Amino acid sequence: MIALPLGCIVLLMTLALVGAVVARTASGGRIVYGGSLAISLALLLIALLSIGGGSSTVTLPLGLPWIGARFQLDPLAAFFLVVVGLGSAGASYYALGYGRHEPEPQRVLPFYPAFLAGLTLVVVAADAFSFLFAWELMSLASWALVMSHDREPGNANAGFVYIVMASFSGLALLLCFGLLAGATGDFSFAAMQAAHPSPGIAALALVLALIGAGSKAGVVPLHAWLPLAHPAAPSHVSALMSGVMTKVAVYGFIRIVFDLLGAPTWWGGVIVLAVGGITAVLGVLYALMEHDLKRLLAYHTVENIGIIFIGLGLALAFGANLLPAAAALALTAALFHVFNHSVFKSLLFFGSGAVLTATGERDMDHLGGLIHRMPKTAFAFLIGCIAISALPPLNGFVSEWLTFQAILLHPDLPQWGLKLAIPADGALLALSAALAAACFVKAFGVTFLGRARTRVAADAREVDGYSTNAMFVFAALCLLAGIFPGAVIDLLAPVTQALTGAHMPKQLDVAWLSIVPVETARSSYNGLLVLVFVTISASLGVLAIHRFASHALRRAPAWDCGFPDPRPQTQYTAGSFAQPIRRVYGAVVFRAHDTVTMPPPGATAPASIEKHIADPIWDALYAPIAAAVWWMSQALNHLQFLTIRRYLGFVFAALVILLLALALWQ
Amino acid sequence: MISGFAFDVSHMLAGLLVLVSFAMLYQDRLYAVINVLALHAFVLAISVAWQAHIQHAPHLYITALIALGFKAIAIPMALRRMVFRLGIHREIETVVSIGLTMLAGIAMVALSLMVMLPVTAHVDPVAREDISLALSVVLIGLLMMVTRRNAVSQVAGFLSLENGVNLAATGAQGMPLVVEISVAFSILIAFIVVGIFLFRIRERFDTVDLEALDRFRGERR
Repeated sequence: MIALPLGCIVLLMTLALVGAVVARTASGGRIVYGGSLAISLALLLIALLSIGGGSSTVTLPLGLPWIGARFQLDPLAAFFLVVVGLGSAGASYYALGYGRHEPEPQRVLPFYPAFLAGLTLVVVAADAFSFLFAWELMSLASWALVMSHDREPGNANAGFVYIVMASFSGLALLLCFGLLAGATGDFSFAAMQAAHPSPGIAALALVLALIGAGSKAGVVPLHAWLPLAHPAAPSHVSALMSGVMTKVAVYGFIRIVFDLLGAPTWWGGVIVLAVGGITAVLGVLYALMEHDLKRLLAYHTVENIGIIFIGLGLALAFGANLLPAAAALALTAALFHVFNHSVFKSLLFFGSGAVLTATGERDMDHLGGLIHRMPKTAFAFLIGCIAISALPPLNGFVSEWLTFQAILLHPDLPQWGLKLAIPADGALLALSAALAAACFVKAFGVTFLGRARTRVAADAREVDGYSTNAMFVFAALCLLAGIFPGAVIDLLAPVTQALTGAHMPKQLDVAWLSIVPVETARSSYNGLLVLVFVTISASLGVLAIHRFASHALRRAPAWDCGFPDPRPQTQYTAGSFAQPIRRVYGAVVFRAHDTVTMPPPGATAPASIEKHIADPIWDALYAPIAAAVWWMSQALNHLQFLTIRRYLGFVFAALVILLLALALWQ
Repeated sequence: MISGFAFDVSHMLAGLLVLVSFAMLYQDRLYAVINVLALHAFVLAISVAWQAHIQHAPHLYITALIALGFKAIAIPMALRRMVFRLGIHREIETVVSIGLTMLAGIAMVALSLMVMLPVTAHVDPVAREDISLALSVVLIGLLMMVTRRNAVSQVAGFLSLENGVNLAATGAQGMPLVVEISVAFSILIAFIVVGIFLFRIRERFDTVDLEALDRFRGERR
């Protein structure tokens, strides 16, 4: 089975070369995206067929001569291959329409299939060398895509921050694998599984994996590149980076921590839980302060990665206490959320790309009223908003509900650290879910409702059929996964069985499509029932309003329904919507405050209000590091301009000092 | 096992090489430096030949021949021609005074003995002495390169450094011939490149004093 994904990777790399050749021709986009679509669909099919099967491995004589390259397709890899295949198929199909507006296709087309190949290769790699190679291929290809519009202001900076963070993550993973390979130096995953590292090494490897995979996934405080790089890339690439690449990073974390590291430890669970909770809440708080649509979505990726890591932390905690059923529940919740987030975040980025195509604007305060001009996009975007806000009956609700079910099992745990940490994480999770809903009310309301704030928004047109169809397919997936969660959970059973030694009870056997995570007496959920209830009650509500209100004739009074001023600037804006939350949370977290400048009586100057928002993580972590690097490079700069004899003298002095140290040390 | 006499002779030859290194450090005229360099290579050749004899390793004779042919005869002759054609056969200026340089050289020998003797406590005594003395030859060669300003004497320092490496390698028993030959060739190539550069530098700046280069690069010292 492993041969098929490898064949797909070879095809994708070939397509990258073809893309470099045909990029300037008129049909270049159709060839590259059409080819990517076909290969991604094939990958998706292969993955779906092999997820229940055993694992198949192959060693190819590639790469370093004495290591070779090992590849493996086990249930975990197959599940993530589903995510990769689905996300890239959607993005490729969407790009068939969206990519036509690309001003410089030669800067996108060669790298797009290479990026897909990198994503696939990470998932099937089965030794550290292939894994890191694929990881770097993924980073570099996506970096090239981020830099495809490098002349726009800010994009070069975004690319720089991204490549620095990507290198940092590669370095951390390299060290992690170095620790896991240990003294034997066998870099195959099979050997790492067989070795049992000492507790200190395991702890260090866990932290390094969290840093390495987490900085790629967007864990706070290593998330800095996401809100910069996602808006800079073309929208279908943003969808891939946010929906798929961060998931591949999560895959890296799961592979190292659950598969290679051996038995989990409870304090490892505490670390992951803490990181996950902080990431979830800070991500959504950042998103609330944002009024750039794509940056807002990027911060929501941070939030959802936090939710996924909460699930993973729970799985570690339960696994360490030999509660495999609970660990399987938590891991299922995390993996389900991986799938869900890849679907609805792709959908939302497609929507933001459609808005960008139609208006050329990402700033929500320059949009508005798009529901009248782009009804299809608005509808699909609304489905995505409901899904990411974790509202039933869509898929986001199911995975977060499963996470809560796992959290509710925490009284079974003996450690007080976990007993305290897990409910706190539950509170953070609930808070972030509520704030996410508020944020997407803002995102949808300000962008699509009300009246157009600018001319471009007023002149917007619905986008092409490829884009809307891609959005509709993903919206339908959100709904299907929400109504039939049992099917997804059963699909995940072999994955959790391999990683935790248990799996959730078979859900498709439960009557009426309900899901019962633990037992019927505790809790159950039926998406179909909720859908029917929501549909009926909403229809009744609409009917009642139309019956009693719409048809009742009214003469418009002077009060004007809250629109006494005809100018669209008087509408609620993104900033005004977020202001209450900014007051409550932002004052502490972001040191947010408003300054009102009132001109003295009689002066003709306008009054102004300014809002100040500080980025605490950037100021406390990144700015000092950047300053230190700058200072050091300044201090070392004059080393570039020495005489030849001084350089020789340095070599000589270094040699003598080392020899002296050796002589004194022995 | 190697007899006491064989050990004494190889020890003496290695010590002689260090002595010649000191002699080179002392010279402040280019012709004298080149002469001492030839002597250095000659002593090396004898030492390598003696190693070949006591180790019963005939391929080391080839190494000795290379040392004798290339380093003791060909390269010094070429250097002398070069110095003559460059017209710089008068005094060379040293950066640090000769006495201080000699003291530093003595310190280098002490350092290399201090480092090497404990490390190589369990190896063959011939190799042990050879390696520690070879390290001092290397360090003195480097010291020569650091303290001299003239490009030709830096070349001499570099070549004596290479001789030290050679001494260590032959003492350690079992250096493959191919390594030796390739090292010899790389030295030859380096020599040719340096020679060409010397003439190019000289063409442009009318001197082979490295300070001219530094002045040209606009740097302060």
